[in-house]
Amino acid sequence: MDLDFSAAEDRFREDVRGFVQARLPPAVRARASRGLSPTRDDYLSWHRTLQERGWVAPGWPAKFGGCDWSPVQLHIFEEEMARGDAPLPLPFGTKMVGPVIMEFGTPAQQGLFLPRILSGEHWWCQGYSEPGAGSDLASLKTRAVREGDHYVVDGQKTWTTLAQYADWIFCLVRTDPQAKAQRGISFLLIDMRTPGVSVRPIITLDGAHEVNEVWFENVRVPVGNLIGTENQGWTYAKFLLAHERSSFGGVGRAKRELERLKGVAYSERRHGRPLLEDALFAAKVAQVEIDLMALEITNLRVLDAARAQRALGPEVSILKVQGSVIQQRISELLLEAVGPYGLPFVPERERHGATAEGIGPPHAAGLAARYCNERKLSIFSGSNEIQRNIIARMMLGF
Amino acid sequence: MDFTLSDEQRALQDSVQRYVSRQYAFESRRAIERTAAGWSPQVWQDLADLGVLGINVPQEHGGLGYGPIETLLVMNLFGSCLLLEPYAASAVVATAVLRDSASTHLQASWLPRLVRGEAVATLAHFEPTSRFDARQVRSRATLANGGYVLQGQKALVEHAAADILLVSARIAGADDAQEGVSLFVVPRDAPGLSLRSCRTLDGRSAADIALESVEVPASARVGMDGGALAVIERSLGFGTAALCAEAVGAMQALVDATVAHLKTRQQFGRPIGSFQALAHRAADMLLELEQARSMSFLAAVRSMGADDRERQRALSAAKVITNRAARFIGQQAVQLHGGMGMTDELQVGHWFKRLAAIEMTLGDTDTHLQRFAALGTFPASVRAT
Repeated sequence: MDLDFSAAEDRFREDVRGFVQARLPPAVRARASRGLSPTRDDYLSWHRTLQERGWVAPGWPAKFGGCDWSPVQLHIFEEEMARGDAPLPLPFGTKMVGPVIMEFGTPAQQGLFLPRILSGEHWWCQGYSEPGAGSDLASLKTRAVREGDHYVVDGQKTWTTLAQYADWIFCLVRTDPQAKAQRGISFLLIDMRTPGVSVRPIITLDGAHEVNEVWFENVRVPVGNLIGTENQGWTYAKFLLAHERSSFGGVGRAKRELERLKGVAYSERRHGRPLLEDALFAAKVAQVEIDLMALEITNLRVLDAARAQRALGPEVSILKVQGSVIQQRISELLLEAVGPYGLPFVPERERHGATAEGIGPPHAAGLAARYCNERKLSIFSGSNEIQRNIIARMMLGF
Repeated sequence: MDFTLSDEQRALQDSVQRYVSRQYAFESRRAIERTAAGWSPQVWQDLADLGVLGINVPQEHGGLGYGPIETLLVMNLFGSCLLLEPYAASAVVATAVLRDSASTHLQASWLPRLVRGEAVATLAHFEPTSRFDARQVRSRATLANGGYVLQGQKALVEHAAADILLVSARIAGADDAQEGVSLFVVPRDAPGLSLRSCRTLDGRSAADIALESVEVPASARVGMDGGALAVIERSLGFGTAALCAEAVGAMQALVDATVAHLKTRQQFGRPIGSFQALAHRAADMLLELEQARSMSFLAAVRSMGADDRERQRALSAAKVITNRAARFIGQQAVQLHGGMGMTDELQVGHWFKRLAAIEMTLGDTDTHLQRFAALGTFPASVRAT
């Protein structure tokens, strides 16, 4: 048993770290250190920089333009990106629809879409959830009716992340209304500029415009944009979920935020002493750091299993639950750390481009918004309650 | 990074697994617990025959020359069968002390006997006022007639009926000084040494020890005069890692028993595990178990580390996670078994009590949380200023 990375893996980490330090634009890093999300241009310019290095989708096979990296390398890569405040390439193209197209798409679809994911020409978003289909995704109602060489799509998707910037959306649609739940669902690729597609913003608790409603009215989609076989979409969706889960824990990001928490807590004062040295607060920080250590080892166990191609059990759901709870806990402690200066609140979209921060220490700006925003972590990608259902089903069989 | 076991490790695991499932079923254990001694010399001999008592002993002294990983594997199994015999006390902690600091003469005279099961050793270090702080040593050793005279008290020494006690005492310094502590091999029947024994919550035995002018020869001293605290602390670290692994074994057994109960127990016409409130509790038990398992690996690997700070941080973190998981899983297993969980008849309550005892052994949660925080890393932004 060995818990350390190999010398080659350590060298690889140095490479990634050096690249991020050398190439990440200072403005992007500055926004991240102010607790702001990356802008559209931040994503796109960093995407192109990564593409020059061949690192946009390093988990892809080399024949599709990836690096064939091992799960361990991918983990190190993502950890270093988080450590250096670099945005990860958005997962919708690289980790979701890309692998589905590789596995189930036609050569024509592969030739059209995969290079454009890598180049950044196509920004993808995910059309899964609907107002009436959240945890119970298979109850989705968006319809696609075959008319000649087209599907005509009607319905509504929701919680669509960054759809306001997206060029394409991959959708689960119902193609057989008679079939039960999972059976009548198909997987369609839809150009967001098609007439009848409209995007309406949803403003979240933090005042941010991150998610949207996407409406479809008589949207005509060429049948060539169907993935695989009609009514088999659920199979592809499940494949996608399995892919999405490899980096569920968010260990790299949590480590970065823990570092931030310690920095803030060290500069804040209680009774004239650094808050980080206050016994009560130090115990809370210690507890979350210990939880993060345990999560990291569990994540390494999952990576080791993935590298050896052993089947994954409930550990993946454990990563999701613990990873989200730990990140949320850190965001709570960050807010607690600044005391009353958690109160001033400027919605994130108004802080972008602002020449001066508001009232309070600069490190306090955005912490309340971040705290609000991170409540999403235990809700999206299968809520923590759904994860517990999954774990319990593996244990009990019910 | 690699979590797979070697063929040798798997063979060791298999042989001990076969032994405990044959010889240490709950009813056999109950019979052993009822004896006056509270442990079985026969089982101890069997463990010696399996080679298990020599896991932490170098081959030159008849052992297997293994270490914390193999210890973890057997402790998992001893946790699930609730072994009463003093494995961690003798074959892990006391053995590590002798192996890492005793004179060649002491090693040659005791290690082979420990391996063969002919003698049992235990560390008598903590005192009535030391709580969980290994530095608090009030017992005194004074030089006399070319040897030492020991005076003082030791508290709740696990399995104090051992053949030899490794007794710490101060030759110099304040009660909590890092330097000035020496360690001695003392036969249990040494004149002036008396025991007040008790059974503990988990059915094991412990004793307070009074040392009244106990004379020991200079050759009985283990390690440097006045410099024993380092090896004691390090050996207690091996014990902590072993305890975490034992807890994982007990928690796994409790999760298994609870799952079986949830699948079979019927109320309102359905198995109770089909109720989401209970199913989610079971999921949370597994979640806590897996985090504890991860930390038991970390504890075992880092317990060997040369960097004291990193080693102690890992061990404290592991004990915090283990203690929390032990309390949650222990309590929830009893809860989900309902009234039956309260009975002495079911093994569930015995695992519960062992886990509660583990929480109170070698540092409770607050002790380790505090130590972890005190050893904390400051962030780069702070280090830079």
